[in-house]
Amino acid sequence: MEKRLLPSQRLSIAAPVVSTLVALLISAIPIYGGGVNPLIGYAELLHGALGDKLALTETFVMFAPLLLCGLSVALAFTCKFWNIGAEGQLYCGALFASFFAVYATSVPSFIAIPVMLVVGFLGGAGWAIIPAILKVKLKVDDVVTTLLGNWVMTYAVAAILFGPWKDPVTGWPESPVISSTTKFPILIPGSRFHLGIVLALLVAVAFYVIIRKTKLGFELLGIGGSQTASYPAGINVSRDFIFAAFLSGGIAGLAGVGQLAGILFHMTTDISPGFGYTGVVIAMVGGLSPIGVVLASLLMAIVVQGTQAMHRATGVPWALAETIQGIILLCLLVGVFFTKYRLRRGA
Amino acid sequence: MDAPQWVVEMKGIVKTFPGVLANDNITFQLRRGEIHALLGENGAGKTTLMNVLYGLYRPDKGEIRVNGKPVSFSSPHDAIALRIGMIHQHFMLVQAMDVLENIVLGLKSNKVVVDKVSAAKRISELSGTYGMKVDPHSYIWQLSVGEQQRVEILKAVYREAEILILDEPTAVLTPSETKDLFRILHKMKEEGKSIVYISHKLDEVMEISDRISVLRQGRAVSDIPKTETSKLELARMMVGRDVVFRLSKSSTKTGQPILEVSEVYALNDMKANALNKVSFLVREGEILGVAGVSGNGQRELADIIMGIRKVTSGRVTICGVDVTNDSPRARAELGVGFIPEDRVGVGLVMRLPILNNAIMKRYRDFSRGPLLDYHAASEYAARIIKEFDVKTPDMHYPTKTLSGGNLQKLILARELAMGPCLLVASQPTRGLDVGATEEIRSKLLEERSSGRGVLLISEDLDEILSLSDRIAVLFEGEIMGIVEAENARLEDIGMMMAGSKRMGA
Repeated sequence: MEKRLLPSQRLSIAAPVVSTLVALLISAIPIYGGGVNPLIGYAELLHGALGDKLALTETFVMFAPLLLCGLSVALAFTCKFWNIGAEGQLYCGALFASFFAVYATSVPSFIAIPVMLVVGFLGGAGWAIIPAILKVKLKVDDVVTTLLGNWVMTYAVAAILFGPWKDPVTGWPESPVISSTTKFPILIPGSRFHLGIVLALLVAVAFYVIIRKTKLGFELLGIGGSQTASYPAGINVSRDFIFAAFLSGGIAGLAGVGQLAGILFHMTTDISPGFGYTGVVIAMVGGLSPIGVVLASLLMAIVVQGTQAMHRATGVPWALAETIQGIILLCLLVGVFFTKYRLRRGA
Repeated sequence: MDAPQWVVEMKGIVKTFPGVLANDNITFQLRRGEIHALLGENGAGKTTLMNVLYGLYRPDKGEIRVNGKPVSFSSPHDAIALRIGMIHQHFMLVQAMDVLENIVLGLKSNKVVVDKVSAAKRISELSGTYGMKVDPHSYIWQLSVGEQQRVEILKAVYREAEILILDEPTAVLTPSETKDLFRILHKMKEEGKSIVYISHKLDEVMEISDRISVLRQGRAVSDIPKTETSKLELARMMVGRDVVFRLSKSSTKTGQPILEVSEVYALNDMKANALNKVSFLVREGEILGVAGVSGNGQRELADIIMGIRKVTSGRVTICGVDVTNDSPRARAELGVGFIPEDRVGVGLVMRLPILNNAIMKRYRDFSRGPLLDYHAASEYAARIIKEFDVKTPDMHYPTKTLSGGNLQKLILARELAMGPCLLVASQPTRGLDVGATEEIRSKLLEERSSGRGVLLISEDLDEILSLSDRIAVLFEGEIMGIVEAENARLEDIGMMMAGSKRMGA
């Protein structure tokens, strides 16, 4: 096995397609084992994800948080900030946003929504710069701190929701419903296609501009490529690193705001089923590039939405739906690997 | 036959690495109970030869006999079985284990449970015999460098080594630790052990050894008893060159001081002293060469000038501005060009496009607010790539697709195109082919004639001699002397490089 000098152009297009096909082939085995004809299963999958207006809009509802988490991680990884903490940052962003949104009843929408976005962004950003500062100042391993931060934050959220914010009537661990002025407008009537989905796409555009068009992006690419070469060239590595963490955490925080203001309308302990972790895989599969991350999160949204529909329509177990998601992600990662390396026989 | 008096005989050893002839038909003989020094500059082939003896490298050609019997080693295990031990320059100890565990680690005689009681007993016996004070129960990370070295030696004698190879053992030691080491080595010699002592330091070699073999550029130059030679003769053999070619150098007028380093002290990565009271000046229109065997503070010197490493005391002034401990950014803004010794690690971001590397020092000049004008930057990059003749099909290719010479030319293009007032060039031609070497040297001379100051740090003595106006010699972090290149004597430089002479500035 050897590293390719240049990642193959042809393969970087072919690999995800082939990987998905291979994944579907492999997944056919457990589906068949589950007593369902795999072809029928896959037809249900496609139909459930793309078949009608409801399916399509729901896929986009799933797409938004996946995209934001993927972008969050991709931005961090660009400068080798190993942020595995998008999940915690998402929760922190949603929590901060809900502090504002629940009590912002008398603020008009055109003020309340931007303020909520800023507050949510700052929440996620604040949670992300702590590990970044620890890394820069004390060289504390960022994989460990960001990962552990997820647990600290999800439990902190739980503490608040089981404590002061517990619903006084039902006793559920849920915050009060947010002010109607802070709810994202629905853009396609009769669906849950909300403003947050468009905002997520705008963040993807912003990500592209930052990485490809700005000084900061140039510096982050340099730092990611080699810190030891970037510092002597006059790049302020520590400052950029912390700023990248700030942006990365903020984007994850926006994913939390989207779930809060677009879908759930109150803070709960399960506002994310692990978007932050899936974001790591999406960022890797997408090769840290804006377009790659958009495509990877779209594919993932289709798979998640589709497998859920397959589960409902054919009765394959829910666990099987999640298994298929895992198989597809795994195959995609292997596919990425083959665009960078080639196999050679013999020594 | 008196053959058995040789414990080691290496005959006609040839070892090549891609593009380098490291050992060229070397013959080396070691007597029982002697301390035999291997003297030579960097890259003379000393360590390679001993790695061959220790089974780390297989020779391409040649014969090795140990105690008269021909041997062929496939790994250090075979060498250890024949009671050969080697103490490398970089210790191979497990930091989180204690002394005893490190010593018994990997022994074949280990059972499932290590018999620590008898091992501890034997270690203290051995350390008593050779006067090596080490507590078997201290952890490695608690020990000083000198003590760690003792652990390495103990490790070897615990394995009953009769032949001991020490690779630049004093490079990391303080003077008093060196004294202790010499005492230990004498003791071992008395016990009948044979020792190979690799060094480039003349004083030490004259003090400790019985016989001295000098290697130069992969060849054995001599093998003589210490009593029959002198430091001066050894220095000549070590650096001796048939021809020193000098590039035609126009004489230029030197002007204002560009770089002033005064009484600088700095630490290396191990937090040991790397620079001791270093002071010198570089003026407009001159090349100051810094000669010396690498590892004597060259890297740290370049680092403190570029602001990559902090000085512990002293001052660095560039173009009249005190920049001591300022960031590399401050240097970039003053216009200091830097050709680092580690091209691929410090000089370039190999993963990124050639374009990004070409503008790495100037990208701020192409900005409009937070945005970077890639169009203008690309035009600039294309211009300097052409001007400096960097051969590349496309500047959007990853930098790692360039060859070694072109990588260096890319760095040169980037650093010189910004019109630096000072250029710090560290090992600028190391590993390059003749053509690229010539091009780079003439660029350095061009900088000089257009009135810039150049600091040339190089372990290639020919390069220093042919390019410099003045030559400073660095040894163990100190400037041993600064001489005019015109009337510098090779022996003097050799003696200073080996730490045996000081000359007034």
